[in-house]
Amino acid sequence: MTRRMYPFYFIVVALGLYVVFAVVPSLMGLYLSLTDWNSFSKAVHFIGFDNFRTIFSSEENYLHGIKNTVVFTVATIVLKTAIGLLLAVLVNKGIRFRSFHRVIIFMPSIVPMLVVGIIFKSIFNPEYGLINEALRAIGLDQWTQHWLTDIQWAFKSIIAVDVWKGAGYIMVILLAGLQAISHSYYEAADIDGAGAWMKFKAITLPLLMPALTVTTVLNLLYGLKIFDTVYVLTNGGPGYATEVVYTQVFSQFSLGSYGVGTALITVLFIIMAALGYFAVKLMSREEQNG
Amino acid sequence: MSPNKRMKAVLSNIVIWMISLLAVIPILLIVVNAVKSGSEATSMSFKLPHSFEFGNFSTVIEKGKLGQSFLNSLVYSGIASGLCILFSAMAAYVLSRNKSRLNRFLYLFLILGIALPINYFTLIDVMKWSQLINTRAGIIVLYMVTQIPFSVFILYGFIGGVPKELDEAGVIDGCGPKRLFFSIIFPMLQPAAVTVFILSFLNTWNEFLLPLYYLNSADKWPMTLAVYNFFGQFQQSWNLVSADIILTILPVIIIYLLGQRFIIAGMTSGSVKG
Repeated sequence: MTRRMYPFYFIVVALGLYVVFAVVPSLMGLYLSLTDWNSFSKAVHFIGFDNFRTIFSSEENYLHGIKNTVVFTVATIVLKTAIGLLLAVLVNKGIRFRSFHRVIIFMPSIVPMLVVGIIFKSIFNPEYGLINEALRAIGLDQWTQHWLTDIQWAFKSIIAVDVWKGAGYIMVILLAGLQAISHSYYEAADIDGAGAWMKFKAITLPLLMPALTVTTVLNLLYGLKIFDTVYVLTNGGPGYATEVVYTQVFSQFSLGSYGVGTALITVLFIIMAALGYFAVKLMSREEQNG
Repeated sequence: MSPNKRMKAVLSNIVIWMISLLAVIPILLIVVNAVKSGSEATSMSFKLPHSFEFGNFSTVIEKGKLGQSFLNSLVYSGIASGLCILFSAMAAYVLSRNKSRLNRFLYLFLILGIALPINYFTLIDVMKWSQLINTRAGIIVLYMVTQIPFSVFILYGFIGGVPKELDEAGVIDGCGPKRLFFSIIFPMLQPAAVTVFILSFLNTWNEFLLPLYYLNSADKWPMTLAVYNFFGQFQQSWNLVSADIILTILPVIIIYLLGQRFIIAGMTSGSVKG
């Protein structure tokens, strides 16, 4: 009965579209990253690992982009998790209008990044932007910065905007995790005379681990693919200071040198496929246990 | 309550209000400046406008071709999310009910798509080959594909909780596979389907890279691209840019406020098991 009632053709449309428009391009990329493919000539020649040599050579800028991507990913994971956790613990108890705050704090994550970027371009503006004006108003003139055009600050500002947008999302997931922890643990700990920090360390953190794992995986996959935040705020500038892998892919696209661009995506593809494999394993294992 | 505890409660309430404020300040800033005159908005601040210029909105709708791009976005996100639910639910249903070795592999293979980056270069060839490049249908298909893996993931988890006895009852009453799915199972999936629809609608509404790469005419642009283009042209007129932004994010915020229960349920499903 199983085979007759659950026919294979139910899967075919979703699977077919996924294979044609997501898997096939990635596999084609594996081959084309070994060629001199570009938009100027029809002929495609096999050139071995030259594109990868270009990417990993110290004379080019690509390593810098890869480094920035990693820095961005690690920084946003740490900051979003720390802030999200703090907010979740704060909202979890003793707060009036809890759902109101939850709705508001989550809101930035549904606004398009393109729009958020435009808004923050105004907020960061050195002359009339909100931040510098506020700093001047309270007499901290020396703290004012060229947030997006100073090499010291540009990448930090990008990270800050991304954390502003994403921390609420992480908070909501962790909050759901906190609410799933039974009160009886805390009551037992109270009887044993545990302090707040002890309770957090011995009960909250370990029981929150599954949720923390998920948020870390989500942040990781998001961070490595980062593009729009950088694109709209600095577009890789000043100079190449804030380039990440995807902005470099984008410039290769406009330059027409598809071979190098494809090689860049392929590097990302291999890393993401490996990480994705572990993430998928993790998610399906939890399902079997649950 | 001891005074110490009360102090703590007051303090955490103050902190949370400040954080909420921090989360909405940029949006409020846009709202205030959208109704200012051009010269007042040159410095984007919270100074209240002398007079409310609601004409900004009609100017923007006209100059930014917002009507057309709004319709485009609605068509892209609406159709893509609708079809995505249908196909993902069908796939998730069979994958979850018939857990053969092959289907188990196919499930993992499909949800691996949550992680994979899109290869924009080779996708051009595929789009040309399928003759979908520079077409609205092409964007709908691509949007659908980007949302399928996550949708299958959520629906698969949900279908696991729909009792199999229902299927058996249906079979005894003489249902074929299609009838069983469409008249018995699919209606049961409503809560998860709403979540999936809202999430993929918001995700695709906010997306702009795929249309940027695969649509060549501005007539077919979705709202996000239109607003970005508008920003490029009218960088100096922050009042117009603000009005444009408000009209772009208004649908998203309305959908969010109406469906926030479902969104939060969907975002947290799979991540937390009570």
